[in-house]
Amino acid sequence: MHNVNNRSRDIGEFVPAEDDELLICRCEEITKGEIRRAIHDGMFTLTEIRRYLRTGMGLCQGQTCGKLVKEIAARELGLVLSELGNASSRVPMRPIEMKVFGNEKEPGENA
Amino acid sequence: MHKCTEVIIIGGGIIGAATAYYLALQGIKVVVLEKSDNIGDGGSSRNGGGVRQSGRDPRELPLAMYGVQNIWPTLSDELGMDVEYVKEGNLRLGKTEQHLNILRNLTKRCVDLGLDVRMIEAQEAREICPYLSDEVIGASWCPTDGHANPLLATLAFYRKARALGTEFITGENVLEIKKIKGRARQVITANGIYEGETIILAAGYDSRKILGTVGLDVPMTKISLEVLVTEAQPKMFGQMLGTAMADFYGHQSKHGSFVFGGSSGFEDTNKNNGTPITASITAPCICRGIMKYFPLLKDVKIVRTWAGWADISADKIPVISPVEEVPGLIVACGFTGHGFGIAPTVGLLVAQLASGVKPVLDLAEFRYDRFKAKI
Repeated sequence: MHNVNNRSRDIGEFVPAEDDELLICRCEEITKGEIRRAIHDGMFTLTEIRRYLRTGMGLCQGQTCGKLVKEIAARELGLVLSELGNASSRVPMRPIEMKVFGNEKEPGENA
Repeated sequence: MHKCTEVIIIGGGIIGAATAYYLALQGIKVVVLEKSDNIGDGGSSRNGGGVRQSGRDPRELPLAMYGVQNIWPTLSDELGMDVEYVKEGNLRLGKTEQHLNILRNLTKRCVDLGLDVRMIEAQEAREICPYLSDEVIGASWCPTDGHANPLLATLAFYRKARALGTEFITGENVLEIKKIKGRARQVITANGIYEGETIILAAGYDSRKILGTVGLDVPMTKISLEVLVTEAQPKMFGQMLGTAMADFYGHQSKHGSFVFGGSSGFEDTNKNNGTPITASITAPCICRGIMKYFPLLKDVKIVRTWAGWADISADKIPVISPVEEVPGLIVACGFTGHGFGIAPTVGLLVAQLASGVKPVLDLAEFRYDRFKAKI
């Protein structure tokens, strides 16, 4: 899916809100206000917001905040959720130590 | 839809965004067309973040040195956001005498061009970075090399260019460049026609297909490269790292996570399902490479891996060139996996070409028509 997306289109001014201090991404400590501001800086997709702010880039990889970020972004951009797509999920499913990830020896083989 | 502007840039990566920024500074009207949904979705966001001069091809070295001397140190201030540029040197590590020979050759050709880079013994390498394993017997050391955050640097150029009035349009797949009265003039997309006085093609590997529509070709291929990211750690070292054998490369980011790229040996033949995907054998292989040089990192957790395409030109340096047969067309592609560090310089040079100013560096080595048959 590629929607034509003009980044100069008018999405209105950033209006401060009372709940802007609310923590949305707990791993990386990103607030609702920071997410809304990023959108007004031109970050119009979940991927761009993530690269710009690090939302969903911490230990849980967005499994906690992904949906919240999407809802905030959709509202700020005046889109319905399905128009926004999803951020990519990436290997590994959960954090894994380098010595474990890198070990491909069979049981009994010398590590 | 029919839209007219002064300059059209095909490709919304860091080259396109940086070029747009330098043009917008002069008040030039620019439209940037990006095929994917995201700005900087190709190699621009998928690289190890090296801002490296050492190890460069001598033809490319002046671009890297210019950037380190004139652009990178003040880029965060200039663009109004932190691009996490760190200038704490580059260590390229060796474990065998054969590795050291590779490093000596790379070092010599850069020294000949005036770069401050030298071979150092294992002990000095460990004084610079105390976490190296005993297997490391020597390194090359370039104190003025460094790294930056490619995600932020790309978006910083985009953000600033956009604020200066550049129009970025994502999801616009360019199908064709069309000449009018002998000049490149129209850019045809799936949705409409854009018209510009100058057209800049900076679309990575996809540039090849688009160049074909005006009868030209740049010989290049694409390979998939993979990177892993660890959980955040307390600051251990600030150097950019590489190895003689290119087992892995990377750095510790400002955030604390380590970002290490590497290879499995199957880069040329990795699966291509239309999007860059990680292969299950690669990240574990990178882990094993890292642990040989940095045993201390064995307990650090990997949180994420990703892959990206690199556009590899036939002679391993980019094309940065106006096209004589197609006046009005400028090409910047084939960055061969080392485009990020030179991207600000290239953006400046391409903007100079597009605005009719003599480029501040000579671009003769980067011509589009330099590729000749072997006999």
